[in-house]
Amino acid sequence: MHLSPLAFTFAVLLTSITAGFLGSLTGLGGGIVITPILTLLFGVKIEYAIGATLVSVIATSSGAAAAYVREGFSNIRVGMFLEIATTAGAVAGAMLAEWLPVSAIFIIFGLVLLQSAYISGRPLPDRLDDSPGDRWATRLKMNSSFPTVDGPLSYRVHHVGLGFGVMFIAGILSGLLGIGSGALKVIGMDQAMRLPFKVSTTTSNFMIGVTAAASAGIYLHRGYIHPGLAMPVMLGVLGGATFGTRFLIGAKVPLLRVVFGIVVGILAVEMIYHGFAGRI
Amino acid sequence: MPATKEISQPIESLTQGQEPPVGAPPGTMVLAEPPKQPYWTEERIEIVVGRLLQIGVLLAAAVVLAGAVPYLARGGEPESHYRIFTGEREDLRSVPAVLHDLWALRVRAVIQLGLLLLILTPIARVGFSAIAFGLQKDYMYVVVTLIVFGILMYSLMGHYAS
Repeated sequence: MHLSPLAFTFAVLLTSITAGFLGSLTGLGGGIVITPILTLLFGVKIEYAIGATLVSVIATSSGAAAAYVREGFSNIRVGMFLEIATTAGAVAGAMLAEWLPVSAIFIIFGLVLLQSAYISGRPLPDRLDDSPGDRWATRLKMNSSFPTVDGPLSYRVHHVGLGFGVMFIAGILSGLLGIGSGALKVIGMDQAMRLPFKVSTTTSNFMIGVTAAASAGIYLHRGYIHPGLAMPVMLGVLGGATFGTRFLIGAKVPLLRVVFGIVVGILAVEMIYHGFAGRI
Repeated sequence: MPATKEISQPIESLTQGQEPPVGAPPGTMVLAEPPKQPYWTEERIEIVVGRLLQIGVLLAAAVVLAGAVPYLARGGEPESHYRIFTGEREDLRSVPAVLHDLWALRVRAVIQLGLLLLILTPIARVGFSAIAFGLQKDYMYVVVTLIVFGILMYSLMGHYAS
């Protein structure tokens, strides 16, 4: 596609608004589709697309965190402890991005997109566990409670080590691909650490911004956060996501999830194809 | 008619957050504050920090927007810059060209400042959390938070080979 600079900016802005809007409505995050669209459709170099997306991920995560914290769902101690793993992973991922061939980044991106499309089709079941829990969870004061209509419900945290490992991988993917990797963070907390789903999603959101900031610093130093590209992406995603949260009540979310899942699936196949074909 | 509306609204909002001690009959027991409850509870800290995060994002977005308007008024710039990396341009040969490019770089710097503010927002959040855990005398989590802060500073300061 060849566009004038002005048309390019507005096309990217419009794409980002749509992605941010659908991402917040479906809870899948808009960041994951921006880089594939920028590279496949607009022909942007993937490093610049990743840099721009990272910035937008910080914006939406930090903006939404305040609302979640007020509801009292997120577990600050679990989040802060796991951020050691996600930020260290993000730094490692951002450095790995420099070493890996671009075709490998395309293929890994495609695989992560496939996994997201799969998750969007079948939400994970809650795996609450009443067993005593991990002694590390007790030592790290992670066991807590969250508000329900019947009063606070307490829960215990399990498999801290496994959760920490999953978070390190989530961090690597975040730094390598410029995504929030919210889906993997939720799997780590919900499935491995057995946190209630609502606690997992809100704590994950709390962590995404900090994780993205850890790799954004490195992308900034490499010159991959370009103002001409990051500006429309950041403003668009933030605007779209803000509008999406206002719109949330009364929307046909299950249908939207399916539509969004199909879009993510198509982009996944395209990314993998381009990675193997080497036409980048 | 609209005048009454304008007056009634601020009054409502003024009285909303206040304790109503006026209507209580004489001799009513007034519940004291629960003992040993520190002022900086976890919840209160998080609400303040959450607000700061929102302000950070709004400020960053406003700065980016302030740079975006003159940037777009100029017609943006050739997007080939980040499509195919070709290095810096070599058109700095005449005085108007230099001035033009100086202005262009200034506008880009404003956008970049906004983006930098945005990256700093979650980092500041972690810094505040360290202080918050300190106020709660939870020193284990002060250490945990400072480790995260250290990793973030390492990334931002860039002492690594590129």
